[in-house]
Amino acid sequence: MRIYLDHNATTPLRAEVLGAMTESLAEHYGNPSSGHAEGALALSRVEAARQEVADCIGVPPGWVYFTGGASEANNAVLMGLLAKSDGRGRLVTSCVEHPSVTEPAARLEKAGMEVVRLPVDRDGLLDPEAVFAAADGNTSLVSLIWANNETGVVQPMEEIVEGLKARGKRVHVDATQAIGKYPVDMGTLAVDYLSCSAHKLNGPKGTGCLVAREGAPLSPLIAGGPQERRMRGGTENVAGIVGFGRACSLAAKELTERMASYAALRDRLWLGLQERVGRIRRNGSSSRVLVNTLNVEFVGVPGEVLLQALDIEGVAVSAGAACHSGSISPSHVLTAMGLSPEEARSSLRISVGHGVQEAQIDDAIEIFARLVNRVRRAGVEQ
Amino acid sequence: MSGLEEGQAVGLDEVLGEERERVIVAMSGGVDSSLVAALLVEQDFEVVGVTMHLAGDSSRCCSLEDADDARRVAEGLGIRFYVANYTETFKREVIDVFADEYLAGRTPIPCVACNKRFKFDYLMERATIFGAAGVATGHYARVAQNSQSGLFELRRPRDLQKDQTYFLFQLDQAQLSTTFFPLGELTKEQVRGRARALGLKTADKPESQEICFVPGGDYAEVVESIRPEARERGGAIVDASGAVLGQHGGVHRFTVGQRHGLGISSDRRLYVTRIDAEARQVVVGPASELASDGAEITQVNWIAGAPPPRPVRARVQIRHRHPGAEATLFPLPGQTVRVEFDEPVDAVSPGQAAVFYELSSSADERGELVLGGGWIQG
Repeated sequence: MRIYLDHNATTPLRAEVLGAMTESLAEHYGNPSSGHAEGALALSRVEAARQEVADCIGVPPGWVYFTGGASEANNAVLMGLLAKSDGRGRLVTSCVEHPSVTEPAARLEKAGMEVVRLPVDRDGLLDPEAVFAAADGNTSLVSLIWANNETGVVQPMEEIVEGLKARGKRVHVDATQAIGKYPVDMGTLAVDYLSCSAHKLNGPKGTGCLVAREGAPLSPLIAGGPQERRMRGGTENVAGIVGFGRACSLAAKELTERMASYAALRDRLWLGLQERVGRIRRNGSSSRVLVNTLNVEFVGVPGEVLLQALDIEGVAVSAGAACHSGSISPSHVLTAMGLSPEEARSSLRISVGHGVQEAQIDDAIEIFARLVNRVRRAGVEQ
Repeated sequence: MSGLEEGQAVGLDEVLGEERERVIVAMSGGVDSSLVAALLVEQDFEVVGVTMHLAGDSSRCCSLEDADDARRVAEGLGIRFYVANYTETFKREVIDVFADEYLAGRTPIPCVACNKRFKFDYLMERATIFGAAGVATGHYARVAQNSQSGLFELRRPRDLQKDQTYFLFQLDQAQLSTTFFPLGELTKEQVRGRARALGLKTADKPESQEICFVPGGDYAEVVESIRPEARERGGAIVDASGAVLGQHGGVHRFTVGQRHGLGISSDRRLYVTRIDAEARQVVVGPASELASDGAEITQVNWIAGAPPPRPVRARVQIRHRHPGAEATLFPLPGQTVRVEFDEPVDAVSPGQAAVFYELSSSADERGELVLGGGWIQG
């Protein structure tokens, strides 16, 4: 049986989500924009889902704009700057962002915007004072990832956002990895924009949302019909949205117990690896980190080879960033934390989640021990 | 070295035993390695396909399209498939060395190092880690264990048009013992026919002939992109007496035996006969000055593991697709061999490989035996 330890890449659908989506696909075929009963039924399901998502994040439903995922939401916020600011001003972001922020940032830079990319320390953490210093008077937006997808490191976002709002700055937070694994409440965290994605919390792929505080400027990413209050044209992905809503309501209900059970699995894994595998190092802060994520350097072991050998033995993990061909380059997140390219290439991300059993963790530890030893005996070159 | 009975070639199943064993197939995305994977699946091996990502994305071989072709074939066969990224190592060990060889006035053949290090050393490492018994490739060559000596023998394939043994002379006994060449007994046409019959998507994919990281065949341009200083190293074109006949834009633009592109006018047909990188001189002369009676071969690898105790007769192949010249090999200390050709041989180019084949076995049904080989010195 497969041992799936790559829940930061994506998560399996919860049975409840699948049930809600199956029903929706079969029954809610109407177009939510239509003026008849079929349309009204679909619209009511979309709006019910909007309420579920809003409740999970602690915002009024009117702030939730459904998108095709978090990458689209990130693009909407960043590329929206171009429309508003005419390419002037400053964007403050960090060196450990997701490509769906780094790539639009690079485009904005090309278009003439000033882009400041803040460094992180060895633990992967931003210095709030450095964020405040960078966000000078000319700053149009500060865009930061809350919980890092590769290391799970959770930025001190409460402190950062409080300081930035005191300075009157607009803030965008990419909460894709945080939601469902960390308390996310836009009622207490006064950001202007927040991005998230359904498939990271046992919902479907291809659905996510941008949450925008009332009054925060938005420009449509997809010009089209009246959907999503003209911010995102195109007929709604009704079943996806329904699944997203169900995933959010489950996450809200189960957050405390999930955090405890994921942390127990993750800690069991880390303890076991320390006992059974020599020469390993944990990357990133071990206190300010998502409950489910472990990023480990297996010293001298190329992550690509180890990942493939683990896969053959039934264990799914992640290494660096996969290129189109499926080969792997060293993670920019780890090198930004000061790891050498070789150390970064020897690192794997292991992330637990729904459905992982204690016994699987124990099996995985033994498989890791066997394969790491095998790679080290073979003396593989990077 | 002739104790092996016909039909005794060691098949994978003998090596691996009865149960379903794991084997790695180096899948390039071409028809040859696709068929190898399919044949081994047919023979009930647990096949793991691996595409080696070697030269950057701009090169023709190892391109994204080829990796995708290999992946699709693997999907069709229902086998595991991985991409192994060796781009940095390949740059260091093959591409940079290739450029430096040209700058040193030699004519390199990067496919030898690529085969030895990447297709065998590194893939075998991965096979060990994957718990696989060996590596199978789509090379046209034959490997078999001699039942008397116990030694593994490398022989030319059935399809001599596709013979790749020239590139494999550096393999050692340990590598040959875990290596399988399932296409050694097939012709290219048979390979395509079987691939078509099996419905492999790559059955009619065209061949790649060039060096993979020199897609247009413009060696000089590639050398200059890796070592821009090459452009600054122009010098004189001289004849054997040292008389200057013209100027050139860098020794890396020339290879021994070259006749075109010299940029000098002469009433005689002139060939490059020698390249002196230190003096930045390209020496030219008539065809008569191109011939060599012999050559010194260094870094010699003997497939059997040790040099013969006394001089031996051999067929010596001095470049890919060279028909071979009969010669006597005089083993010298320090992995060196003095080759004395029976008849003078044209364009013996430093930097190319000289591969030795057993003369007596040319009519052998099992294919001519590779004795070993090394590098031609200038």
